[in-house]
Amino acid sequence: MNTAPQMTVSPVNPENQSGQPMLEITNLSKEFGGLKAVADFDLTLFPHDLKGLIGPNGAGKTTVFNMITGVYVSTAGNIVFDGTEITGLQPHEINQMGIARTFQNIRLFPNLTVLDNVRIAYHAHAGYGLTDGFTHNRKFGQKENELTERAQEFLAVFDLQDRQGEIAKNLPYGEQRRMEIARALAANPKLLLLDEPAAGMNPAETVELMDLIHFIRERFNLTILLIEHQMRVVMGVCEYITVMDFGQIIARGNPQEIQSNPKVIEAYLGPGAAALSEKFRRDKKR
Amino acid sequence: MFKKIPRDHLIFFGGAFLIFAVIQVLISAGILNDFFIVIILIGGAMAIVSIGLNLIYGFNGQFSLGQWGFYAIGAYCAADITYRWSVNKSADGLIVVLLAGTFSGLAIVLIRHALSKTRGLDALSAFTLYLLAVIVLILIALQISKFLIPPINSLLHALPPNISMELVFVLSIILAGVVAAEVSFMFGLPVLTLGSDYFGIATLGFTVIVNVLLNNSDTMFGFQEMKGARGMIGIPQVTTWFWVFLFLLLVVIFTRNLLHSSYGRAIVSVREDEIAAKAMGIDVAHYKILTFVIGSFMAGIAGGLYAHVNGFLHPNTFNFIASFNPMIIIVFGGLGSISGTLIAAFTWQVVLEGVLRLILPSGFETWRFVVYPILLIVVMLLRPAGIFGGWEMPYLRQILPPLSHKVKSHSTDDSQSANIKKLTPAPDGGISTENPEATK
Repeated sequence: MNTAPQMTVSPVNPENQSGQPMLEITNLSKEFGGLKAVADFDLTLFPHDLKGLIGPNGAGKTTVFNMITGVYVSTAGNIVFDGTEITGLQPHEINQMGIARTFQNIRLFPNLTVLDNVRIAYHAHAGYGLTDGFTHNRKFGQKENELTERAQEFLAVFDLQDRQGEIAKNLPYGEQRRMEIARALAANPKLLLLDEPAAGMNPAETVELMDLIHFIRERFNLTILLIEHQMRVVMGVCEYITVMDFGQIIARGNPQEIQSNPKVIEAYLGPGAAALSEKFRRDKKR
Repeated sequence: MFKKIPRDHLIFFGGAFLIFAVIQVLISAGILNDFFIVIILIGGAMAIVSIGLNLIYGFNGQFSLGQWGFYAIGAYCAADITYRWSVNKSADGLIVVLLAGTFSGLAIVLIRHALSKTRGLDALSAFTLYLLAVIVLILIALQISKFLIPPINSLLHALPPNISMELVFVLSIILAGVVAAEVSFMFGLPVLTLGSDYFGIATLGFTVIVNVLLNNSDTMFGFQEMKGARGMIGIPQVTTWFWVFLFLLLVVIFTRNLLHSSYGRAIVSVREDEIAAKAMGIDVAHYKILTFVIGSFMAGIAGGLYAHVNGFLHPNTFNFIASFNPMIIIVFGGLGSISGTLIAAFTWQVVLEGVLRLILPSGFETWRFVVYPILLIVVMLLRPAGIFGGWEMPYLRQILPPLSHKVKSHSTDDSQSANIKKLTPAPDGGISTENPEATK
């Protein structure tokens, strides 16, 4: 367990559910010109939650992520993370407060090595100043070695230690995804936002990914919010699902409730689909 | 206490010393004529400017054509200081620039520190704040320097003339760098908020502005000694191979150190993917400014060295067409390669400006700007990454740290490994790890 120092896993406190929420979003809205991309979005995440955010293309899921991470400034509404208001903060400040994310289309630092990708995430905790960096003095040597060692141990957790010298863009797709999640977790965040982690993955890779998500949640005591299209992942991983369509929340509930929610089926398959699906289910029972 | 010096350090410093010694001997023995000495000295200055630009464009990904403007600022700043010392026998230029540079530098650092704690100030308001602070401090520096000039003059005159000249010269070069860096900070603060291409156009504008100001330096600012468009003459010719080499070596070492540190990785991450860098907690705006300032500092130093080679400065040297020279050099040498930049800068200067001019018939000068672009096109077609690509010589190359012992033992010991692939999904849809401690 001492493979990743500073990332101690404390036992999950069940009382947390009733305690302070990890992330509290209220009335969040975003308008692009006249288009309401997101309207009155509410979401509360308690520590160690694993919630999903689903919806058809263009529903505004990624816009919500971009507002949480500070890429977009919201038109209205509040985002409170761990008791602090983070609305309007810069992306890097939000990251340093403990929110990490991955991207729908993988965004690694393509021409850098796997090790450097992870070491960049440690930059805020480098522990030496710019002058130390210029002169390569003793403090630099010591801190840089510590940093490198930490990064390598961290890569070992994700079974990427033998790939440390590989240029990131040369990795196979599944490993790039794993690498991106590893990089997001390097700075020891409390909340991880995963934007369609299974996009473009084959079934075997998807299973591996689901295991990975469960693993990191336990290992790093994470709270996870995930956007996903593959129902298999959503149903297999998430404990609670929020469904969006045209910028609005149309349903909430656990996977079973969502699966049979007529509104959700209509949003995905078009009007009338709910009745058909109900008929299909009845036929199947018979 | 004493560590064994790594082999690549020995090779690099040994090679550097050898190059220095050989050229110094050639110069001292009179084998190289004045023409080639000047070519080599300017080559050194070119190498420094280009490394600065490579830092901005090659490593940080900001397409800048303003490097030549900062080179001009450095050149005129250093030239004015030494001119006043050698012709007017007064260190007034030195003292004023020293005080103004230090004060505004401190003010910029302090204000930046204070602003980093308070959020919500946009770039233009911050720029106004900096500008006011710098103007006030320059006025204060002018007042204070009145009291400091006479005693320091007498102090410097008490030294042997050679030594005092060298002292003023070295200080003037460092101050040229400082002034260029401060101007670049003030300029970069609002302009670096622009996207990369727009930033390129804005910096081109900067070079044009500097050129116009220099053309009118005598009438607009009252610097009579700069003589505006007629060109500044009478600058002491004190740049020697020793100083060029020393500054070049320092620039290379510091750049290399910076790039091999966490700050260097932060700078490169901005080039690789700005959005991802932000999401990884890198303050992208800060690192853009930082790199721009460091690059401009190098341009200022190079300008200072260049000014004292010929003893003559003309605004036409710093026009915007010439501002493409360092850009061509770094593209030739390879974006993101310090070794490539060094080699390309000296090749450019020695082969194209030096040897070819002597060998080829006299009409060739006018054809140069046909030949260079064609060469550039050929290089771009055959080797888009530049002649040296990302190649670095041993000392400048980043070494992949070997896996630490812990990780090695970790990866060989299967039972303790928290290997993802060894996780098997449990029947209840949850997860069972083979590492029992992981779920503790």
